[in-house]
Amino acid sequence: MSEEKHHIVSYKFYVIILLVLLALTFSSVEITSIELGKYTVAGALLFAVVKSYLVLTYFMHLKFDKPYIKIMVGFVFAVFVVTIVITLLDYLYR
Amino acid sequence: MHTTHAENEANYLKYKGKYKGLLGWILSTDHKRIGLLYLYSIGTMFIVGALLGLAMKFELLAPGKTIMNAQTYNATFTVHGVIMIFMIVVPGLPAVFGNFLMPIMIGAKDVAFPKLNLLSWYLYVAGVFLVLSALLFGSGTPDTGWTFYAPYSFKTGTNLLPAVFGAFVLGFSSILTGLNFLVTIHRLRCPGLKWTKLPLFVWTLYGTAWIQLLATPVVGITLVLIALERVFGVGIFDPALGGDPILYQHLFWIYSHPAVYIMILPAMGAISEIIPTFSQKHVFGYKAIIASTMAIAFVGWLVWGHHMYTAGMSGTAQYYFSLLTFIVAIPSAIKVFNWISTMYKGSINIQTPFYWAVSFIFVFMIGGLSGLVLGALSTNVYVHDTAFVVGHFHYIVFGGTGFSFFAAIHYWFPKIFGRMYDKAWANIGWLVFFIGFLALYTPMFYLGLMGMPRRYYDYLEEFHGGNILSTFGSWILATGLIIIITNLVRSARKGPKAESNPWHGKTLEWAVPSPPPLENFDEIPVIAEDDGPYNYK
Repeated sequence: MSEEKHHIVSYKFYVIILLVLLALTFSSVEITSIELGKYTVAGALLFAVVKSYLVLTYFMHLKFDKPYIKIMVGFVFAVFVVTIVITLLDYLYR
Repeated sequence: MHTTHAENEANYLKYKGKYKGLLGWILSTDHKRIGLLYLYSIGTMFIVGALLGLAMKFELLAPGKTIMNAQTYNATFTVHGVIMIFMIVVPGLPAVFGNFLMPIMIGAKDVAFPKLNLLSWYLYVAGVFLVLSALLFGSGTPDTGWTFYAPYSFKTGTNLLPAVFGAFVLGFSSILTGLNFLVTIHRLRCPGLKWTKLPLFVWTLYGTAWIQLLATPVVGITLVLIALERVFGVGIFDPALGGDPILYQHLFWIYSHPAVYIMILPAMGAISEIIPTFSQKHVFGYKAIIASTMAIAFVGWLVWGHHMYTAGMSGTAQYYFSLLTFIVAIPSAIKVFNWISTMYKGSINIQTPFYWAVSFIFVFMIGGLSGLVLGALSTNVYVHDTAFVVGHFHYIVFGGTGFSFFAAIHYWFPKIFGRMYDKAWANIGWLVFFIGFLALYTPMFYLGLMGMPRRYYDYLEEFHGGNILSTFGSWILATGLIIIITNLVRSARKGPKAESNPWHGKTLEWAVPSPPPLENFDEIPVIAEDDGPYNYK
């Protein structure tokens, strides 16, 4: 393992990502003060997706990892989506 | 195959490190010692769970109250279920044999995270004590069944929270073991050990680890929600507060159905090791077994709703879940076909592990086919919540995982303890157990079809005959169990010394001494291009 190259990310870059995450968190709270009707949940989920993407990509180093790690994470995400879709087969058609 | 043995190094049982005695075990990060810690703790809890099962069967010997009242019966089947599922069959084969053998089978000195591995066992023990505390303290033993179904689970006056929290902690142990195994199999395979050369037991542990890692958090958060519902009345599952009790069933079974595959996949893996060894023949359809393992892990994830046909789920979802349930039967059937084809024209050496393995196939087939009766929408409605379900479930879970566990312990016993058991008594134990198993669970299919509901301490007179046979069966099974356990415990201490490869196996664990040295290998082995785990000439 010692011969493998490790990507070094500067502290400054991590701090920027942290600040972006905090800004998005405050935004996701603030957006609830705007009346979006049935899009309220969609708005909150959009913020959550962007935040998850940033955490996975930078804090969890997916951006710098080998392709098979990305495929594994993608597979997990696909399983999650399939699980939600199947559950909705009950809720939407009940 | 090039391997080197650490002949002069003390074996893991005799090794004396920084700590001695009991501390030398409970502070050891050696994967083999941790495997044995799991074996002893799981074995102890199995005896407790089995005694509760015997008590239930005794109660059902005659209609009406025999030895316990309805409330005690409800508590007994709840604790029996929680112990057997969360403490025995879910951790069972991965925690004991996976821990002990997987690193050796892939040519590694230990798992990727040895301290995390020990933490997994601590969490297991903590979970066990939490569940047991629910029995000893508070306002009565939990009576919800092992499924903790809403809304009863937050209405019951019994001491449910410690049991729920205990199951949560046990789940954490399972997640950490799964994570450890995934990283170990990816990162610590010895040079030359490609994915297409991995022993099938390791492949099944790999598939299982994915399920442990992804599915267990779902039940974890579900159990937390039950606790929040009980304590704060948040209204997620409570229909009186706008919640949905069927949502609980979805969340619970999103974990608990894949959990059946956590139980059965490593069991299939152990059988896939035993049959080639005792047939002295390359396993038939190696890649087909791998593909079917991963297909079971994936498709098995998507069929949870077949537990909920009568719960009020939409017709669309019922149709979908029934279809996929039939599809998941295909990879299971592929495995059975491959095992039988492996035996065909093999040099079959009939020994105790082989008896267990072939009887596993027999009971697993019955369990699997009766599962199709439950997977089909129309017949499911007829037998739902009857003794038929109990019969099917025990044929699969006890017949599948239990028979495979006993096959595995008789197969790897000489490797683990460096001693051989008394083969004659082992065969007698198997026969008595097998007869007891058939007598105990087969009448349940008949009773269920005739309409006897499950989870009742009483029944109509017309069900008396079947229940007498079933209770007698439980006594025969218990006799077999006593013979098996006595033989193994005695042999672990006083049995004749075993050779390093008594069954002429080809996987890496048979290339190291019995019992293995502390770090398994002096030098990491190298697998040559023409070597493989089942290369029988």
